[in-house]
Amino acid sequence: MKLTGAQIFFECLKREGVDVIFGYPGGAVLDIYHEMSNHDIKHILVRHEQGAAHAADGYARASGRVGVCLVTSGPGATNTVTGIATAYMDSVPMVVFTGQVPTRLIGNDAFQEVDITGITRPCTKHNYLVKDVRDLARVIREAFYLARSGRPGPVLVDLPKDVIQASTNFIYPETVNLRGYRPTIEPHKGQVQRAAQAIRKAKKPVIYAGGGVIHSESSGELIKLAEMLQIPVTTTLMGLGGFPATLKKGSKEFHPLWMGMLGMHGTYCANMAVSNCDVLFAIGARFDDRVTGKVEAFAPNATIIHIDVDPTSISKSVIVDIPIVGDCKRTLRHLISIFEKEPIQNLDEKRRPWLEQIEDWKKTHPLTYNQNSNIIKPQFVVEKIYELSKGDAVVTTEVGQNQMWTAQFYHFTEPRTLITSGGLGTMGYGFPAAIGAQVARPDKLVIDIAGDGSIQMNIQELITAVCNELPVKVAILNNSYLGMVRQWQELFYSKNYCQTCLSAAPDFVKLAEAYGAVGLRAVTPDEVEPVIKKALETPRPVIMEFVVDKEENVYPMVPAGKPINEMLLV
Amino acid sequence: MSTNGQNGNNQRHIIGVLVENQPGVLARIAGLFSGRGFNIESLTVAVTNEPGMSRITLVTTGDQHIVEQIIKQLNKLINVIKVIEFRDMEFVEREMALIKVRADKQSRAEILRIVDIFRAKVVDVSPNSYIIEVTGDEGKISAILELLNQFGILELARTGKAAMARGKKEYGRKDKPVKAFEREKEFIDE
Repeated sequence: MKLTGAQIFFECLKREGVDVIFGYPGGAVLDIYHEMSNHDIKHILVRHEQGAAHAADGYARASGRVGVCLVTSGPGATNTVTGIATAYMDSVPMVVFTGQVPTRLIGNDAFQEVDITGITRPCTKHNYLVKDVRDLARVIREAFYLARSGRPGPVLVDLPKDVIQASTNFIYPETVNLRGYRPTIEPHKGQVQRAAQAIRKAKKPVIYAGGGVIHSESSGELIKLAEMLQIPVTTTLMGLGGFPATLKKGSKEFHPLWMGMLGMHGTYCANMAVSNCDVLFAIGARFDDRVTGKVEAFAPNATIIHIDVDPTSISKSVIVDIPIVGDCKRTLRHLISIFEKEPIQNLDEKRRPWLEQIEDWKKTHPLTYNQNSNIIKPQFVVEKIYELSKGDAVVTTEVGQNQMWTAQFYHFTEPRTLITSGGLGTMGYGFPAAIGAQVARPDKLVIDIAGDGSIQMNIQELITAVCNELPVKVAILNNSYLGMVRQWQELFYSKNYCQTCLSAAPDFVKLAEAYGAVGLRAVTPDEVEPVIKKALETPRPVIMEFVVDKEENVYPMVPAGKPINEMLLV
Repeated sequence: MSTNGQNGNNQRHIIGVLVENQPGVLARIAGLFSGRGFNIESLTVAVTNEPGMSRITLVTTGDQHIVEQIIKQLNKLINVIKVIEFRDMEFVEREMALIKVRADKQSRAEILRIVDIFRAKVVDVSPNSYIIEVTGDEGKISAILELLNQFGILELARTGKAAMARGKKEYGRKDKPVKAFEREKEFIDE
């Protein structure tokens, strides 16, 4: 039986298990939208294509499934680029379908034509321009396979209008034959043995885990290995939730091996431990410059072991001693079985001095702030959200101070509960991502912790949350500044607060109400708790505005280019 | 131990890349080099004897660390089937140049002698110039150019390098297709 391109599109999506699309219609994709009602698939209509891309990304991060986004040609396509780049930097599985002008017009500067495969080549894992309807099913099959396998990432498929109008016999390919794509999943046995030997000999080991632990679903293995070998753990921003910060959700009873996040705004303990360790075990992390600070001074005395499924991440910025290309989960399982067969002798005795040292670092400079005036401290708000949500929310963030305070003061215990733009640092990410996360996890409380700057970058999606009855909560830490940029100006640009003051701002409560959401405001510290409680009780989208200390800074802070043990402290 | 790989030991490297003959594949490779700040000194591309496959030979400079990244990044491209680094192996490299050189009555004989010594060919003659075709490794091309320079080189077109390992080793055999469902299951479930 012959099917049209549009029909094939939906048949393929069905077979890939897609149940929701985030999208925005337009001329070039009208045939797909015309066909949509014949299929059992949910479509979330956003108000800006960037919102669609971030929502698909948030959906993917919250669920572990491939996020799908559908937009029209030209501006529809270019509006997704920030969202695609965001997903690419953080290895998020996503397939973006863009409309394209009919093939005969490609290259003619037609109305709403743009070379989107050209534009997105450097920020997609791969992309396709489908020129023949007979290739469509194969390309969609490959796109989903590429997006979710190996190191996941976004894949873009550009669909010219005549291709989705044309018909062909529909055959869904059983196999994917990509000659140039064979991700190494199974690690090299010899390298795993070498890693085990190095860990066995270590006196001062540290585990540094990243987003790879979340993507490969290996949090369980990480916990098991760390506990069985008594190795203290730090994670990157992307790795938060991969190792439980606390023993009980919502409590402040910290896991004894948990050191907090490392890097520019990492904890004193984590940064000192990495700087002084003798074995650094990097698991699914990529030695980002926000983590390493001055590269030459990063873990200077350590033998570095690095597991990553992407060979390009290994020895890119920091040369490692024992590289292991492979899936984190498999590699960790091999290591666990090695140490189960042959445990480390006198482990407690061997670890005592190092773990005592770690405890000492934790005590000398814990994360802290002073909530003593009558002005709300932003950290206090995050702590209260943690407490009142019982540590059981899916939290998204925008980018900047709000993001760092969330990372420091909301204690994550499960993977896929912190959703944040780490690599690209995309302001305006958190709110649409929260919408996507809420679609993926309708049972969960989803909170976007935002700043007054970033929330305004995709505020239009408020109506998407309202009309789809997605009860997302937004907590705006309003300091009337682009806080993180202002912090840099204060510390490194002689307090020249050029263009970072946002005192001209909308009334966020009225704005929420105008969109049909609920708006709440807290101005004094004693109003914080009632506002959060009220928000959590409200089964609708809520915007909470917290008027916070204007010039509060994020500490510790490692100035750019300095070694990570040279921190500015509170 | 962790040290940054910038040891300043810049060397030239010849890399062979077997690619699927898909639209945009050259743009992916060129974009990779420009986007990541790698150098390309020369790049040649043409189809191979196997349908659907092209071969690119490129010359780049960088220290060992950079070249390692280049090779990894090339391998990461979905359309790249195989990357061959010509290092620690016996290989043949050749390039071709077309040289239009000024040739008046006084210099014609001398130019022909040089052409003869280099086993090059004159492929076009006009009243005031020759076009010379020369093939060889880089050293040979440079040497003839240096000699011809005195007469006045009017135009120069060089192909860039093509390179191949000596002996029997073949690259780019067709791999068996993998059942995608199985692979994904392997990856996701376990």
